[in-house]
Amino acid sequence: MTDTTRTGHMNRRQALTLMGAAGLMGPAMIGRDRAFAANADPSGQIVLAFSQEPTVFNPLMPHIEVDEGVYYAVFDTLFDFDPEGALFPILATEVPTVANGGISEDGLSWRLKLKDGVTWHDGTPFTAEDVKFTLELTVDPDFRSFRSTGYSFMRNITVVSDTELTWEMSEPFAPMAAILASTYIIPKHAFDGVEDANTAPFNNAPIGTGPFRFKNRMAGDHIELEANGEYHMDGPFLKTLIIKYVPDLNVLYTQFKSGDIDVVGMQYITPDHLAEAETLPNKVVTVAGTATFESLGLNMMRPQFQDPAVRKALYAALDKTSIIDALYYGVPTPTETYMPQQSYYYNDQLPQHEFDLEKAAALLDEAGWMPGADGVREKDGVRLEFTNSTTAGNHLREQAQQFIQQTFGAIGVKMEIKNFPPAVMWGDYWMNSEFDTVVVGLNTLAGADPDTSSFFMSSMSPARGGAGQNTFAYQSERVDELLVAGASSFVPEERKAIYEELQEVIREDLPFLPMFQYAVIKGRKDDVSGPASNVNNRIDTWNVRDWTRG
Amino acid sequence: MLRYLGSRLGQSLLLLIIVSFIGFAVLNLAPGGPLSQFALSPGMTQEQLDKIAAQMGLDRPLPVQYIEWFRHMIVGDWGASYRDGQPVLAVIGRHIFATLLLMGTATVISVTLGSTIGIFSALKRGSGFDYTMTVFAMIALSIPTFWFGLIAIYIFSLSLGWLPAGNMYTVGDGSALDYLRHLILPAMVLALVDVAIWSRYMRTSTLTVINQDFVRTARAKGLSRRRVLLRHIVGNSLVPMVTLAGLQLPTVLGGALVTETVFTWPGMGRLFLDSLGYSDYPVVMGLLMASAILVLVGNLAADLIVALIDPRIRLA
Repeated sequence: MTDTTRTGHMNRRQALTLMGAAGLMGPAMIGRDRAFAANADPSGQIVLAFSQEPTVFNPLMPHIEVDEGVYYAVFDTLFDFDPEGALFPILATEVPTVANGGISEDGLSWRLKLKDGVTWHDGTPFTAEDVKFTLELTVDPDFRSFRSTGYSFMRNITVVSDTELTWEMSEPFAPMAAILASTYIIPKHAFDGVEDANTAPFNNAPIGTGPFRFKNRMAGDHIELEANGEYHMDGPFLKTLIIKYVPDLNVLYTQFKSGDIDVVGMQYITPDHLAEAETLPNKVVTVAGTATFESLGLNMMRPQFQDPAVRKALYAALDKTSIIDALYYGVPTPTETYMPQQSYYYNDQLPQHEFDLEKAAALLDEAGWMPGADGVREKDGVRLEFTNSTTAGNHLREQAQQFIQQTFGAIGVKMEIKNFPPAVMWGDYWMNSEFDTVVVGLNTLAGADPDTSSFFMSSMSPARGGAGQNTFAYQSERVDELLVAGASSFVPEERKAIYEELQEVIREDLPFLPMFQYAVIKGRKDDVSGPASNVNNRIDTWNVRDWTRG
Repeated sequence: MLRYLGSRLGQSLLLLIIVSFIGFAVLNLAPGGPLSQFALSPGMTQEQLDKIAAQMGLDRPLPVQYIEWFRHMIVGDWGASYRDGQPVLAVIGRHIFATLLLMGTATVISVTLGSTIGIFSALKRGSGFDYTMTVFAMIALSIPTFWFGLIAIYIFSLSLGWLPAGNMYTVGDGSALDYLRHLILPAMVLALVDVAIWSRYMRTSTLTVINQDFVRTARAKGLSRRRVLLRHIVGNSLVPMVTLAGLQLPTVLGGALVTETVFTWPGMGRLFLDSLGYSDYPVVMGLLMASAILVLVGNLAADLIVALIDPRIRLA
């Protein structure tokens, strides 16, 4: 199921393609962009609602998904992913690649060219110094940085001119482009004379180069953004963008229905409202896939999960179809892997799951797991008994757990449900692999890049002394080799083969039992155009510069 | 009187310290914490989480954190929110207007209406009016507020289209009339429950007063019904209400959690819920202390007022 509304985006893409064909490069392209901007006449207002409140306005500080909804409006990245997973330039004049000389053959030297004539919202010119400052701040030990993966490989960041900079990499790292695509550039001058970057005034009054200026925030209610008339790309076409905070999903839907909200953003319309939403007058409702996949994750350090037959049997005893159709109204798509089906790297040849309790029982019989006195299977003193945890209060997940508990019970596996509030669940319990099994929704990708080392590399398990997110504590030599090969290759065709094999190995090993790829139900008024799905970005405002009203 | 005030203040301070200690301990000993919200972010590592914790001072021993917090708190520095870095007092200050507007309106409506209903129910005890009001109060008290809220939205916003479905004002409008239109539904829903509470208390209080000797004496002296009612009954039955009002003060300023959520009202109730959800300890502690102070101030004020108008208390 994919979104069909991508008018605004296609226009610009077509324009860029045309420009490329006409051989208009570099400065000419900027000229074209600015001409567009001069023609743009921003008008109207859109109220976009989120169910969480954006509160962190310095994009380099620790934040959650919803904060990025504001970043895309206020800031720019150097380049970004389009819905097909291709990078397009924003603050850069072109996306550095091996082909255009922006990245050296060995992946170790990078050269980046920036647009000329771009200004910050306060009128100060944007230069290569700002990019250097941004990249260096991410690894400043005194700064409360969101992430340092990738940036920490950068050496000798050198400003060649106002519109050009270079750096070296301590090792070739293909996901770097994807990391840069989610790095919002912030102004150096806003930190001049600031003693502690963690408490800079900028953090609450952000200045960007993006299509909208930060006008004001009413805490607990909304953020008001206004058009940046000097924007360096096509757009913006709206005079005002209101980002509204509506915590309750039922209320969010009611306000969309009553017309108080123009665009429903994260966490969208709940599946139980889909049928009604589709009949609402003057509203456009679409279902779109996201990069998050739901799975039943296993803690591979537990003795019962070390036998592959157990994992296979559990997978066969997982009634995916009933969960998707009965609980989620058929909205999500069943999947066999962690990779979104929209991705270039998605492996569509993986074995298909079949719900078969007899086969599951037979697998366990063969492997020597025999029912004990109370009907629970056991082997060598290890019982097929474990807990399953997820976030308390997520009623769909809790119902799914009950389904799973029943079908597992039918093959002599005892699963006890033990849920926690989110702050407890995703704390040490999750990070240090203190669980037996979990029901979890994960996005393991950084944008469109297929690297998932942090989640699947043997050395990345915190419970085994690593520093990553391999909380399933999964270990596979072949996976490690493939991840290393994939991260050091810059050729998409080569990488495709690597990541397809990786998905095969993981599908065979089953450190998690894949259930479905999430899909969300988006809604907007029919006079709003522009919002377009992009599985490679975390949130819908990635192209807010294109949104129009009327 | 001064000694009475002094000893009450001393007790209050001790209570505040105990409340702050228990609050701090419970919050921090609960598993999870402010960083867990970042754990599922792509690219997040345990190393990075540890670094953020150190930057925020969360890696220090709990007693050190508490003493540090307390030292700052008593000089008026309540810390900064973990979420947006704003000083706690400023965060609370930004939500207080919304709460005062909503709860203030609802309280004025409920006290006036509730007291009036209560007095008349007591005077006409056993009448049709009394029974109707009793049934009404029972219904209002037993049905959850969010249900009332949703029904009100369904009828007045979605079906009839008379009033907005939520929010405090329309962005870009913000005129007094606009605020008023947004205020009607949530204030009514909140007042509904409070009217029931106030009417029940007022009814009981009035019934007690009606049977007192001085009322009989006043009647026997031949005073008019109206004069007996206003001077002797209403005045005296309001005295116990002062204590009740004192207890209501923190509720009024604390906001209405459910109603604020249903009507997307940016008040203190929702701030508390949000801050708990994100384990934003400084804000939760701030709200906890603020409401503890209000409980104490409310009680103290009520006691003092009652003591002023009722000499028997002052002597005790």
